[in-house]
Amino acid sequence: MSIYDFMTMRHELILTVLVLLVLIIDLNLKRSQKHRIIPIAITLFFIHTVIGFMPAQTGVLFGGMYHTDGLTILMKNILNVGVLIILFQSSAWLKKEENGEKISEFFILLLSTLVGMYFMISSGDFLMLYLGLELATIPMAALAAYTHHQTRSAEAGIKLILSSALSSGILLFGLSMIYGTTGSIYFDAVGAVYSDTPLQVLAFIFFFTGMAFKISLVPFHLWTADVYEGSPVNVTSYFSVISKGASAFILIMVMYTVFHSIAYLWKDIVYLIAVMTMTIGNLFALRQKNMKRFLAFSSIAQAGFILLGIIGGNKIGMTATVYFVLVYIFSNLGAFGVISAISAKTGKENMDDYDGLYATNPKLSLLMMLSVFSLAGIPPVAGFFGKFFLFTSAASGGYYWLVFIAVLNATISLYYYLLVVKAMFINKSDTPIAFFKSDLMTKIGLFACAIGIFVIGFWSQIYEIIDAVTFAIVN
Amino acid sequence: MNILSLFILIPLLTIIAILFTGNMKQTRIVSAIGMGIQLILSGILVYLYLTERSAGNMAEMLFYYDAVWFPTLNIHYTIGVDGISVAMIALTSIVVFAGIFASWMVDFLYREFFISLILLASGVFGFFISLDIFTMFLFYELAVIPMYLLIGLWGSGPKEYSAMKLTLMLMAGSALLFVAILGIYFYSAPAGSQLTFNLLEIAKNTIPLDMQRFLFPFAFIGFGVLGALFPFHTWSPDGHASAPTAVSMLHAGVLMKLGGYGVFRIAIYLMPEAAHEQAWIFLILTGISVVYGAFGAVVQKDLKYINAYSSVSHCGLVLFAILMMNQTAMNGAVIQMISHGLMTALFFALIGMIYGRTHTRLINEMGGLMKVMPFLGVVYVIAGLASLGLPGLSGFVAEMTIFVGSFQHTDTFHRVLTIIAASSIVITAVYILRVVGTLLFGPIKNDHFLHLKDALWFERLSTLTLLLAIAAIGMAPLWLSDMINFSLGPIVEKINGVAAVAGIF
Repeated sequence: MSIYDFMTMRHELILTVLVLLVLIIDLNLKRSQKHRIIPIAITLFFIHTVIGFMPAQTGVLFGGMYHTDGLTILMKNILNVGVLIILFQSSAWLKKEENGEKISEFFILLLSTLVGMYFMISSGDFLMLYLGLELATIPMAALAAYTHHQTRSAEAGIKLILSSALSSGILLFGLSMIYGTTGSIYFDAVGAVYSDTPLQVLAFIFFFTGMAFKISLVPFHLWTADVYEGSPVNVTSYFSVISKGASAFILIMVMYTVFHSIAYLWKDIVYLIAVMTMTIGNLFALRQKNMKRFLAFSSIAQAGFILLGIIGGNKIGMTATVYFVLVYIFSNLGAFGVISAISAKTGKENMDDYDGLYATNPKLSLLMMLSVFSLAGIPPVAGFFGKFFLFTSAASGGYYWLVFIAVLNATISLYYYLLVVKAMFINKSDTPIAFFKSDLMTKIGLFACAIGIFVIGFWSQIYEIIDAVTFAIVN
Repeated sequence: MNILSLFILIPLLTIIAILFTGNMKQTRIVSAIGMGIQLILSGILVYLYLTERSAGNMAEMLFYYDAVWFPTLNIHYTIGVDGISVAMIALTSIVVFAGIFASWMVDFLYREFFISLILLASGVFGFFISLDIFTMFLFYELAVIPMYLLIGLWGSGPKEYSAMKLTLMLMAGSALLFVAILGIYFYSAPAGSQLTFNLLEIAKNTIPLDMQRFLFPFAFIGFGVLGALFPFHTWSPDGHASAPTAVSMLHAGVLMKLGGYGVFRIAIYLMPEAAHEQAWIFLILTGISVVYGAFGAVVQKDLKYINAYSSVSHCGLVLFAILMMNQTAMNGAVIQMISHGLMTALFFALIGMIYGRTHTRLINEMGGLMKVMPFLGVVYVIAGLASLGLPGLSGFVAEMTIFVGSFQHTDTFHRVLTIIAASSIVITAVYILRVVGTLLFGPIKNDHFLHLKDALWFERLSTLTLLLAIAAIGMAPLWLSDMINFSLGPIVEKINGVAAVAGIF
């Protein structure tokens, strides 16, 4: 193995170096200059994102523990774009006085979790998967508790770490059974011999449960709302978009490759979980008054939609899932970006605070409207295409009733998304949020979302690029 | 460039132009110019279409254009028109044009108003020119969603409730439709060959019967919700009553026609076997729509509610006629769509104008308006007469054709239903004449009404445009009916060719 082979891990290596660089630069900054790390870190990450799009070599390392191919590179790039937007959007909040000391911690923790997700995506065996998972989870709990002087934030951190520990435990238990019954932890080897003996089915269910915690599928979603509400806005958007997206990527890859032989079985499970997730997520979202909580529940419902891509079991299914996550990143970050901009300026996070927003801040309101329409799947914005393709993949498997339930749920979700639109455009308020100007970074972060929401749908090339690297369930 | 693409492009350009306008005057002038060009363009389209046909071009769809959009899923941007779509496009541009002038005095967030209105219109235009069901569905949803803001922001009465109800019900309808479209897609070609969303390609293939049985109700009810099919019509009275004038015009005049058009183009055309099998259920439902809507209109006291219920009745008649599935009745259905579109738009325009003056829409608070506003009064009477089917106006042609067509069925079931549905004409006469009587004639009940002014120039322009079109169809129905008949031929042939095989009736 040469140094050259190591470059297969380019994404991980560069990002690790980047994290260390941020740490070193921060050490050399005076107390009053700490905020300078923001543009530096964002620039570095921007360069990393650009490099990520350059042609890369693919291959297998460490005897099969680690692998990259077109699909994993694409997935990492999608996550990169999302993280970049989040970094842009969080600059206004990070500059606040209260964060003075620990700005660099935000970047270090956040990017470390991203390294973990990279390793998860690229993992070729369960050990690497688990390592990546832990690396992605533990710093995340620290992120949730970032504003630990607030009780809610500290509480969110503890809730996240406890529920993660529990889910990791369940997952590990499942992995141990997989190892015990198949004698291997490598995906290829396990996939080749996996069958539907009771113990192996149980192992799968444990594995799925562990992952379901991460994606917050019902009934494993209970931590989501509290953690989302307690964490700082930008951390919440990271949870709901990047962390969830990465977990969805991994879940679909593992389901399609390792557990392909029991597909007939997990399809039933996924069917049930999908219906529950969509319905319960929606019903809870209906009554939320806090914007972050509201988006938390709506993102649970969205996770239910993602399962429709997984259940398809074919190439359309995986393409649609990746495509949907891409669309979801832009739509959800558009919504979170607006919430973050408003929260950073005014500290207001409730839905009735948004009354009459259009009169004072028309641009933010329009972006918010586009984002929620995209989340609801209304044309001409990208969300429509994302949902259409997801549902197409489910229909291709013959799940017409599931599609029907999903589209009805999308209609229910439209109700609460329209409530946001109603608050901003129709409701009147005596004390609307006053007009304010966002700084350049925030503007870039918001503008990128607006462009993405419009372009991704119409530009069919993106779908084709994804489709070129995805695969159907192995048979 | 294909002339049909202009029908989407011009509204979009108009929207962009509106963004750059500085005040209300400029905004409405830009909108009027944009939609004026659209109206002229649709005139040119009708002319080009007729010359092509008389030159002997027998293709099913003219001005056909096809571009690949998503190659892997075989989604195309496919456009083309036949006589029916041309007629619908002409209707849409007339109503939109009149709608712009009917909302001449909108001053609250005027830019946003005209943008939403024109966005809605572009969705409708896109729907009528599309031949690819994916793009068709996209435009369909695009046309529905601006309604929420249009009603919620500029509406009156319980506008937030009505806007939400309308949007959610229509979206639930499109949820049904979605399932149908996906089902059709996966059975659009024989097993193993490339699937397609192209309407003409799918029509060449026969969808398996058990799939048709499953999908037909989805497609029919999905579109039926928009076409005010009983019992899914309840969004219509609330929505129309709360909407601002131009939106009611567009919605009742054009958007509800998307339902009829879709039922006919997708549900029945692509799944004729299931249509023959299940027609009786939906015939009963539409029959109820027709009669129930008419009775509903009789008991209402609010002008807009009266007209909304009358729309339920008339649109029910469209679906009723389509389900009769013979050439004459379907021809009548299309004429009824056009005729009702114009008529109801005119009604809503008039109601808006009257309301703007009297500040009430309750008929028993008004009276003798003919004396103070003779122009509006006369137009109202003519619109009313068209609605109750007076010969010489469009309503007569439409209803006559429908009932003649329906009665061509020789079995008792169809004949009884036809007779019941025809009774709606009498009920229509009751509510129309009652409204005209109390509203326009008799003593003036309120002294405040004495000082009201008659229609202004833009109101006259708006109403006269619609009135002219109504009279034109009434006086010379043949050109329209020829245009439709030619295109209906192959469709009816396909539907009934299947019936002979299936031998259901």
